[in-house]
Amino acid sequence: MINETLIPKVGVVTDIRKDTPDVKTFRVVGTDGKKLFKHMPGQCAMVSIPGVGECMFSITSSPTNEEYMEFSIKKCGCVTEVIHALEVGAQITVRGPYGKNFPVEEDFKGKDLLFIAGGIGLAPLRSVINYVRHYRNNYGKVVIVYGARSKDDLVDIDEIQNEWINEPNTEVYLTIDRPQEGWDGHVGFVPAYVKELGLNPNMTAVLCGPPIMIKFTLAGLLELGFDKSRVYTTLELRMKCGVGKCGRCNVGDKFVCKDGPVFRMTELDELPDEY
Amino acid sequence: MKDVELKMLERAKALLESGEVARVVGWKKGDFYFDPSPAVFESVEELEKDFVYNWFCGANLSKYLIQIAKKEGKTAVFLKPCDTYSFNQLVKEHRIKRENVYVIAVECLAKLDVEKIKAQGVSSVVNVEVVEKKVSVTDLYGDVTVLNKPDVILTKCDTCTKTHQVKDEEIILHERPERDVDRFAEVAKLEGMTEDERFAFWREQLSKCIRCNACRNVCPACSCVKCVFDNPASGIAAKANDDKFEEQLFHVIRAFHVAGRCTDCGECSRVCPQNIPLHLLNRKFIKDIDGFYGEYQAGETSEGKTPLTSYTEGDIEAKDVFNGEAK
Amino acid sequence: MLKIAKERLNELYAKINETMGLFIPIKRAGEVNYAIWKDGKEVSLETLKTVKSPKNMFFPQSENLMKFKKDGNNLEVIDVREKLGEKIDERPFVLFGVKACDYKGIEVLDKVFLADPVDSYYQMRRESTTIVTLACSRPEESCFCNAFGIDATAPMGDVTTWLDSEYLYWQANTEKGEKLTAIVKELLVDGGEKEVAAQQEKTKEIMAKLPYANLDLSRFTPENLNELFNAKEWEEMSEACLGCGTCTFVCPTCQCFDIRDFKTNEGVIRFRCWDSCMYSDFTLMAHGNSRTTQMQRFRQRFMHKLVYYPSQNDGLYSCVGCGRCVNKCPQKLNIVKVIKTLGGKDND
Repeated sequence: MINETLIPKVGVVTDIRKDTPDVKTFRVVGTDGKKLFKHMPGQCAMVSIPGVGECMFSITSSPTNEEYMEFSIKKCGCVTEVIHALEVGAQITVRGPYGKNFPVEEDFKGKDLLFIAGGIGLAPLRSVINYVRHYRNNYGKVVIVYGARSKDDLVDIDEIQNEWINEPNTEVYLTIDRPQEGWDGHVGFVPAYVKELGLNPNMTAVLCGPPIMIKFTLAGLLELGFDKSRVYTTLELRMKCGVGKCGRCNVGDKFVCKDGPVFRMTELDELPDEY
Repeated sequence: MKDVELKMLERAKALLESGEVARVVGWKKGDFYFDPSPAVFESVEELEKDFVYNWFCGANLSKYLIQIAKKEGKTAVFLKPCDTYSFNQLVKEHRIKRENVYVIAVECLAKLDVEKIKAQGVSSVVNVEVVEKKVSVTDLYGDVTVLNKPDVILTKCDTCTKTHQVKDEEIILHERPERDVDRFAEVAKLEGMTEDERFAFWREQLSKCIRCNACRNVCPACSCVKCVFDNPASGIAAKANDDKFEEQLFHVIRAFHVAGRCTDCGECSRVCPQNIPLHLLNRKFIKDIDGFYGEYQAGETSEGKTPLTSYTEGDIEAKDVFNGEAK
Repeated sequence: MLKIAKERLNELYAKINETMGLFIPIKRAGEVNYAIWKDGKEVSLETLKTVKSPKNMFFPQSENLMKFKKDGNNLEVIDVREKLGEKIDERPFVLFGVKACDYKGIEVLDKVFLADPVDSYYQMRRESTTIVTLACSRPEESCFCNAFGIDATAPMGDVTTWLDSEYLYWQANTEKGEKLTAIVKELLVDGGEKEVAAQQEKTKEIMAKLPYANLDLSRFTPENLNELFNAKEWEEMSEACLGCGTCTFVCPTCQCFDIRDFKTNEGVIRFRCWDSCMYSDFTLMAHGNSRTTQMQRFRQRFMHKLVYYPSQNDGLYSCVGCGRCVNKCPQKLNIVKVIKTLGGKDND
């Protein structure tokens, strides 16, 4: 077979975890039981159910996991609905990895890192956070601020509460939008919480979440004195090819699939406002 | 034509100046005489700069009103006789609120088709003048060619006998000699073919389709907010052109969807980049409806029942259509 | 230089067809488009602009990419590529009669499809095709290839040809071209330099007089990206746009595509087909759409051609001035009107 980027590999779903009422995490390996391909934190893959469609998802698991890949997928359209109905053992197709990763081996090295996520926005950040944990000595302090609509919407809360919290030189702040029975943690929106926390503006920040959260959180960070050139985010647009050819995810002179999805805020400032 | 254009311009300016309307939908000049585009004018300055009405204003402006007439304030629009049918039909289907629109009916003595002019061997058209039944075309090489007007009018004008149907605000000079044309002659020719010949004809024509959707997007009867062919959830959304079956289906389904509502405005054929005579599909339906239910012209009024949406006991049955044979 | 009498062109086509497939402008149901040559087809080399550009020879309007077979849980992916998107044999191909603008259009597409990672479907067809170009001798008012530095009288390609009332003149430019020349050598005779030079000179005179000969593109630079994007004129320029795909589908450089699945009795076929950024569902996602208005979609098409693409490709515009959109837009909107409005002060 010709090495063709549009032709996917067959993947087997080996585990399904229900994270929230509308998010499930799927563990996938190749038909030979091995990991399908290598990737770096922040990169994406095209996952498809033949006959239904193909969609781009960020790879949630860390590259340091040599055994399998994970995708945390929120149910929100035709394809994700069918993916959510899959059972262990089902075969799907996967191609990738696509896009630019977070500069974990370059700009992030030796820095204090701030991760801010809202809802399913934690998915692409989990990959980075776990990568950083794996090479913990290469990075400074790690601060994680994560919010969701309710405590039931916090994705992979077990890993956060059992592992991340116990990591050395790491602070984890969780918040939910409205008070809820059984929740004694912080209540309030992420942008406000970020300002309340009075974070050190010398940190390198990574944001991921709904556009409105990004907008207000960024404004908050700037108020705190953060430098835009050290704030990163990931974009999500409609994609079909994944390799900068089908034209769909074109914004300005960039293709999100190829030149992104990871962008510095200063890069986004140069793009037309259409993402 | 120039005097009509002037009257229209004066009227449009007066309407905007008096504040009676907030905008005027008309045509604006292009780079040549033959390439005006539909346009919305919101000021006298814009009108004076760009307004045009000439032999190439073939576009039917009525469909634009679906969106534009939702804006605040009244919208004035210039409608040619054929366009008034589409307008009425859109009002009837509640796509346009009649009270939001100020209609100015305009004269039309058929519009010209620059592609037909080029097909007569005149390439590089830079100017066109019309005197009576003659069209003189100046090309880039400085040569002037005189053509017979009936040879170079838009196909939709070939058999047009339409008259203004909007009893309304005003009419700018509409005088036209009676025409004796049979718009169903071409349909009859197709009906006269054997089934195989007819299939071959349509297959050849429809195989040219590039699935650009211009016919659908321009069609005033295609006024669905979301077309079934654009809906990813419909199961039939597809942009692929296919020589085999799908293309035929797309155009045939579209003809069915607009049956009884198509006013025969002919925009589908005007805009087709491959010059597929799509209007003949619609015209076949019109001819059949006339035959089955008595003569009916969609868009003649903006009220009342239509043959395909009302039931009477005497309605024709399928068996009568197919001579009692099950087909 | 070589030549062949016009009335013997059918022999030339037949000779090529003995060993290679031949795509050439052919008239069908009144319109001329590139199609497979067979004896008896009506070839129309004189047609200045085929309705569709020849891009579908390499990038077919729709093509099957792969097939999925499912057996219980087992899923199999099968490559089902077809050489030219048509049910034809595996012979190499000759694309005959390509005008200078369309040839440049292929260069624009190459930069997309042959860039890393290579699109092997496109590459497969591109590599097995010999391109015979044809110089223009009667450009028309909608032509503006010269605005993009294209010489319509001397297109490149593997072989360049010129046509006058008596002869087709022939000149091989590449190894592929020499090979093709060797195949048809017995039909060609020497001569034609003088005639070709005379024709070129005459055509150039006309080119200089074209109404769109002096378009000013100077403002379309990466530095002006945001200023152009935010120009208030887009609203007015796009207000008559129907949102159809005519301009994109007749364009030699538009390359957007969609990938979709189609269920058949033998499994799921995944195909790709041309798509248009003018379509309302182009950027539609399950949870939103980044371009919700026709103005935004209209702007995207022209910004891509005149600013975004050049900014990614060393200043090469993704427009070649073929003028098809000028002729074919149902409402007479087109890239020239955009260039004149936003391009630079010398357009007035």
